[in-house]
Amino acid sequence: MSAPLLSSAAATLARPRSIAPLLEVANLRIAFGRQEAVQGVSFTLHEGETLALVGESGSGKSLTALSTLDLLPDGAAISGGTIAFAGADLAGLAPAARRALRGGDIGMIFQEPMTSLNPVMTIGQQIIEALRQHQRLSRRAARTRALELLDLVRIADPHRRIEDYPHQLSGGMRQRVMIAMAVAAGPRLLIADEPTTALDVTIQAQVLELIDRLRRDLSMAVLLITHDLGVVGQWADRVVVMYAGRTVEEGDPAALFARPLHPYTQGLLAASPRLEDSHHYTSGPLVEIPGSIASASGQPGCAFAPRCPQAAAACRIAPPPLRQWAAGRQVACPRVLPEDLP
Amino acid sequence: MPPEPAAAALTPGTPAAPAVAAPQLAPVAAPAPLPAAPAANGLLATLRRHPPALIGAGVLLAIAVLALAAPLLFPGDPLAITGAPFLWPGTSLAHPLGTDSLGRDILAGLAHGARVSLGIGFAAAGLGLVVGIALGALAGYLGGWVDAVLSQLIEIFQTLPSFVLLVVLVSIAQPTTATLSGAIALVTWPMVARLARAECRSLREKDFVLAARSLGYGHLRILVHEILPGALPPIIVTASVLVASAILMESALSFMGLGDPNTVSWGSMIGQGREYLRSAWYMSALPGLAITLTVLALNLLGDALNEALNPRRKGTRR
Repeated sequence: MSAPLLSSAAATLARPRSIAPLLEVANLRIAFGRQEAVQGVSFTLHEGETLALVGESGSGKSLTALSTLDLLPDGAAISGGTIAFAGADLAGLAPAARRALRGGDIGMIFQEPMTSLNPVMTIGQQIIEALRQHQRLSRRAARTRALELLDLVRIADPHRRIEDYPHQLSGGMRQRVMIAMAVAAGPRLLIADEPTTALDVTIQAQVLELIDRLRRDLSMAVLLITHDLGVVGQWADRVVVMYAGRTVEEGDPAALFARPLHPYTQGLLAASPRLEDSHHYTSGPLVEIPGSIASASGQPGCAFAPRCPQAAAACRIAPPPLRQWAAGRQVACPRVLPEDLP
Repeated sequence: MPPEPAAAALTPGTPAAPAVAAPQLAPVAAPAPLPAAPAANGLLATLRRHPPALIGAGVLLAIAVLALAAPLLFPGDPLAITGAPFLWPGTSLAHPLGTDSLGRDILAGLAHGARVSLGIGFAAAGLGLVVGIALGALAGYLGGWVDAVLSQLIEIFQTLPSFVLLVVLVSIAQPTTATLSGAIALVTWPMVARLARAECRSLREKDFVLAARSLGYGHLRILVHEILPGALPPIIVTASVLVASAILMESALSFMGLGDPNTVSWGSMIGQGREYLRSAWYMSALPGLAITLTVLALNLLGDALNEALNPRRKGTRR
């Protein structure tokens, strides 16, 4: 790898490492007007760690990510809970300080590399702009850094590619450019919002591999938002499963996959086809979770209760709280806890 | 230094000229030619593919040269009497296009009139564009109450009949080139503002704007750097029509005698020739022809720009 990047990586390493988590989201609630889309999500992310936020569309995982950057869409607002980055409560920061975090200490990449790059600017201009936003660099120095970044994200022939417009690149290369822009300022946290959903399967692994390598080389933490359980198993250190705006289960992927506790996680795992299962469509329909995705608000109890095979009457009255099941393992289901407690 | 962003938008659909090499590549650049055609070449190529546009550009250029060279070609006041009245075109060497009812040279009038018409046309369109883009972009990007207030303002202007408003404005203010330009700009900016607002409103929802915000860019920077370049193409197309309509408005005002009485303009020449329409129609017809040619040239150019810059036409291009 190129020398200046190594030195910046070294600088990142030299930062004082605290035992306190890098990102701490506590009981976060996000509402559109009176409708709450996120109803209490909590997780902590330590330096250098990869945390996967898993859930289906509408489970509030993207909103949670956007709220850490103060980028909620119009009409949405944090209605409760706190987000602390490196020990500082974001709500207590001045708007300018919050803006400095964006792209500075926290980088973000998005689902659609196709539309997330400005179509009328060359990728070089866009990376240079991103670099100069957070660092005092001359145009020449920024261009040199941009070439290094393109090299870092493994884009072949960066000298030639730096003059290209986004439409001249493949989807995988566009996502690499997005990643280059996101890590330009050497962030401590990289938020990846479904970074591979829009990409070919063959490219997905390469992009995730790249993110993981950058996490190690630049010593970042990664918040990986995905609905792909395969991605979770391979790349995450910890998993938070979300359903309809709530955390339903948390744990490390090996334990979680070996023994899913929450009925939703169980259903999710049962419904994902695996190679070794050699399931053929002639041998019967694929497993599915009955019912359809519940809206995040509307009913008082557990949002999964209408689809849950084990739901009790109490489940429909109040949402079950998230409770510790084992070290580093939490679940929000009253049906699991009593008999399974160690 | 970077290629003009608005024009850069046309590169996706523009087949690259094979001879085009990368213009601003570092010395280490790969020898293979880049697939991107620089924006300016794309525009020229479009002009070349459209003979009408080429004719339009040629006519406009000729009129602009005539206007710029008027003080050299026809020194002195074009309103001064220089010969016998009612000389028909082609009857006198000194007055190739004849003289009017007072003996003023018509060719000199046309040349000096071109200065006024083009000057007011471009000044009014430029002013209208600047104000319209600024307010429209703010309304579209910021939304909320800013949008509500500005949209109401635009609608108020659009409900007023623009020419009546123009006549009122010019009657109140002294009709000079500057006030005429200002008044015409005042009645044309709402059209630009609506267009800019609509474009910015749709662009602001794009993912790349969110991505830009995630990098910590400020609002002004996002609006100017990320959104406006994408919003400009349809506005540039409108600009050519705007110049044409400004020229027509100025001519109409001058025809009615509401223009600047101290300068000669095409409209005022038509107005003064009106009384002799039956006996000496050339007095009105010649400046009329000048207006027609100019407006036609601008429209031809606008069509070509539309073809080149309008993303909605991209698919239909050969």
